[in-house]
Amino acid sequence: MASLREISERPDRLSPGHRLCAGCGASIVVRQVLLACEEPVVVANATGCLEVATTLYPYTAWRVPWIHSAFENTAATISGVEAMYRVLRRKGRLPHNGPVKFLAFAGDGGTYDIGLQALSGALERGHSFLYVCYNNEAYMNTGIQRSSATPLGAHTTTAPAGRASPGKLQPRKDLTAIVAAHRIPYAAQASVHLWHDLMGKVRRALAAEGPTFLNVLAPCPRGWRHATSETIDIARLAVECGVWPIYEVAEGRLRITHRPRTRRPVTEWLASQGRFAHLLEPGHEALIEQIEREVEAEWERLQRLERLGAETGGSNGPDRGGTAH
Amino acid sequence: MTQTVALTGNTAVALAMQQIEPDVVAAYPITPSTEIMQSFATYIANGEVDSELVLAESEHSALSACVGAAAAGGRVMTATSSQGLALMWEVLYIAAGLRLPIVISVANRALSAPLNIHGDHSDMMGARDSGCIQLYAETAQEAYDNTLQAVRIAEHPEVRLPVLSGMDGFIISHSIERMVVEDREAVRGFVGPYVPHHPLLDLAHPVSYGPLALPDTYMEHRRQLVEAMRRAERVIEAVGTEFGARFGRTYGLTEAYRLEDAEFGLIALSSAAGTCRVAADELRARGMRVGVLRPRVLRPFPHARLRDALGHLRAIAVLDRADSPGGFGAPVFTEVRSALYGLPSPPLVIGRVFGLGGRDLLVEHVTEVAEALEKALETGEPPEPVDYLAVRE
Repeated sequence: MASLREISERPDRLSPGHRLCAGCGASIVVRQVLLACEEPVVVANATGCLEVATTLYPYTAWRVPWIHSAFENTAATISGVEAMYRVLRRKGRLPHNGPVKFLAFAGDGGTYDIGLQALSGALERGHSFLYVCYNNEAYMNTGIQRSSATPLGAHTTTAPAGRASPGKLQPRKDLTAIVAAHRIPYAAQASVHLWHDLMGKVRRALAAEGPTFLNVLAPCPRGWRHATSETIDIARLAVECGVWPIYEVAEGRLRITHRPRTRRPVTEWLASQGRFAHLLEPGHEALIEQIEREVEAEWERLQRLERLGAETGGSNGPDRGGTAH
Repeated sequence: MTQTVALTGNTAVALAMQQIEPDVVAAYPITPSTEIMQSFATYIANGEVDSELVLAESEHSALSACVGAAAAGGRVMTATSSQGLALMWEVLYIAAGLRLPIVISVANRALSAPLNIHGDHSDMMGARDSGCIQLYAETAQEAYDNTLQAVRIAEHPEVRLPVLSGMDGFIISHSIERMVVEDREAVRGFVGPYVPHHPLLDLAHPVSYGPLALPDTYMEHRRQLVEAMRRAERVIEAVGTEFGARFGRTYGLTEAYRLEDAEFGLIALSSAAGTCRVAADELRARGMRVGVLRPRVLRPFPHARLRDALGHLRAIAVLDRADSPGGFGAPVFTEVRSALYGLPSPPLVIGRVFGLGGRDLLVEHVTEVAEALEKALETGEPPEPVDYLAVRE
């Protein structure tokens, strides 16, 4: 992969001046993904923070071809774009010759929940595109409502913490596993603080033929209740506390691409954000234990799958990127 | 070479699609339109058409894929019915708002509940404010012809809107009809090459489709869409005239039958118009001067044309194969009555809902309505303005 210096000299394909909040994780995801794309791209975008904040008519922050149609249909929309590309290339009617990559950006609401059917359909049909979920673990654009990506015990405006409830009552959906179960060439989890890992994953995803998927943890200062200056630190803490494992599933083989040098306690994660503040008050000990157990169980599961992949043969996965920074 | 063949409405539309050869077709199966996509898929499987077929996991995704494909810069079509069109509803507005010329063939069918797979117009009536042009075909011949014209109408630079091209489910979609199909090259000559308009795939000129428009700009976008719809009226007529010059079958916004000297008018969309014409002939044989008007286009609604064609009548019955529960009459009735309001001496207009869920419309149902109009004029007692035909009360 290109050096940081080279990358820093590439033109920004998402221009500054958009209206995303200070400290927004989503724009960091988009910029890192676009910087990793050396080829021309066409972008489809679900309704959400990213869309409304970057394309307020008559302005657009996108210096690449971009389309938003609705909330739940981003995967279907990009599959139409990709289908048109294939047929026009075949018929020799493309306005531009050479490879083009197709990207979809959607939040967790547009991916885990309302967009899951369209995503599953597009994955099964095998369109060549990279779907990037900027995962801020709730419906932030409408005002911090719970989604199926919201973690257990988090406070949201539709699953608020109160005298009779500790916030969200259910653990989050394991969407990366669901996507990987479509047996697509490449699926991965990444985080905004591991830029080298994330951009390496974009390169590997784009090198694959067929649908690929990146689930990127994207802290939201407004929804998670942390300072806007802490976004990268919070993302790092998620990984070091084990609540957001960094791994990939390439051609069916799972590989943990980043292992924290020291595992920090989950309570540090919970203490870092206002959305979990209520859990640290007396009476929620059992829930914290449940969160810790689930974090541990997921880490064990991933390690088991990684060993299984190594034992069942094949190469040891991609040899570039994926190291800790 | 022009050929006379026997086809169902569905296979006629599929043949039209094969001749047009859209770049991308995206669809999802639903009765009674499924056969269109089956036939088209067979054309692809046999190498008789070069299109990308996106077999989506729902109609919502099918039309969403059409939106992406059309914005990318090529010719796009789909087909659906009933619940499928209802599921597309959100995206219909988007396709129209983004001014994407997608042709959507619809085998019109009732909406649930109760579940019913048979023909009525409830599906397209639900989409009449979506910004899509609406054509209603009377026959399989017209369904074929409308499909060819729909491409030209949708893609016309003055229009750039999706077209919903309807035919009655089962009554037309599944009935074998003797009809004429044109030579593929002649069809290609008529529809012409696709001219892209700000395509996404023009990477040198990046564009953003579907931005956020707040109250200070949203209304102007919608107003422009209305203007495009108004211009479509002229375009539909011009395309219908050109089609007639090329293929001998001319189409307009409406089709009139024995209206010039008529006192009474019957109005119906699609296949019911044939039943109305038979009824008109029977009534004329008994001395009652009856004519028929079939609107071929419901969006844009040809109100001026209707005023010209109907203003001289004494009384009119509008037959709707759809209802508007709680409204004052069904959609075509309200539009016709509204169009005639303000004439110096407007005809009496009544509305009758018929044929929901595929119930047959018989000639005697129509003659009874016409006779009720005649009686009303004789006695001076107006009949029920809005009522139902052939329903157990």
